[in-house]
Amino acid sequence: MSEEIVFDCLHAEIVNYCLNNSKDQNDLGTLEYIGFTTGYRLIERLTRDVGRFKDELETMKFICTDFWTLIYKKQVDNLRTNNYGMYVVQDKAFRFLTRISPGSKQLEQAPKFVAFTCGLVRGALSNLGINSTVTAEVQTIPACRFHIEVNRG
Amino acid sequence: MSRQASRLDAKKVNSEFLTLTYGALVTQMLRDFENVDDVNKQLERIGYNMGMRLIEDFLARTSAPRCLEMRETADRIQQAFRIYLNVQPTISNWSAASDEFSLLFDTNPLTEFVELPSDLSNLRYSAILSGCIRGALEMVQLEVQSWFVQDQLKGDNVTELRVKFVRRLEEAIPAGED
Repeated sequence: MSEEIVFDCLHAEIVNYCLNNSKDQNDLGTLEYIGFTTGYRLIERLTRDVGRFKDELETMKFICTDFWTLIYKKQVDNLRTNNYGMYVVQDKAFRFLTRISPGSKQLEQAPKFVAFTCGLVRGALSNLGINSTVTAEVQTIPACRFHIEVNRG
Repeated sequence: MSRQASRLDAKKVNSEFLTLTYGALVTQMLRDFENVDDVNKQLERIGYNMGMRLIEDFLARTSAPRCLEMRETADRIQQAFRIYLNVQPTISNWSAASDEFSLLFDTNPLTEFVELPSDLSNLRYSAILSGCIRGALEMVQLEVQSWFVQDQLKGDNVTELRVKFVRRLEEAIPAGED
């Protein structure tokens, strides 16, 4: 609990830093990249003692269940796949959105609170050998849906 | 899957997650600014902002009463480090006037995976910590200075953070961003 608030504060500061420091206020690239490098390194430490995943689905399940629960303190509410490399993770109370009041003005701001996580997931997958594109969609705060598309070939 | 999950230690993961995220931020700042002093300033400011938010959580969590002297303040800061970073710094090196002390860290979770290249010798990697102390205390009407005297990243045996009382603020100053 107590470490959570430290991270939540740090995350909020990183969001502000990245947006204030970039020429374009809507440029979430830096934020995503900070998430990417974090995810890339973190997963390496986490999976040191975990057996090799047998396929893509198993890797995905690990990221979207075990990894997610550790980082976001709750299980995802739904995980779906079309079995063609498209995965959808739904979290009805996403950690970085729960402190924001719902409203259309706030909804406009939502992308900046999910960009770090898109990068985090992409980074973690990348280190496990899966090249992906991760996007997020917020329709009503604090619910969020992450789309993970595996780039094959 | 649960078999695998049980092997992951949640507390350790949280701490590493914080450490690695902070590291990614510092790395980004070094890319954004040519001058290391600017990075130090940014890190300090981020700490300051975090301190202002964390003190509210701290007061709510501990229901600590107002400190009457710096020795009490030092104890509270030590307690805060235990709660939020899971480290216990030693309080020492009090000045004769009891208005200045040091926090000695045997380990610093922020620098766990860090090695400073020689060209970054004036980077204050953990500047967020001194900023945090300053921000938190300002919210309880205490103006202090805080700086690093020794740093394990620079080859010292301990990391020593100095805190010096400046003055008691008369009334709450509205929290500003800068």
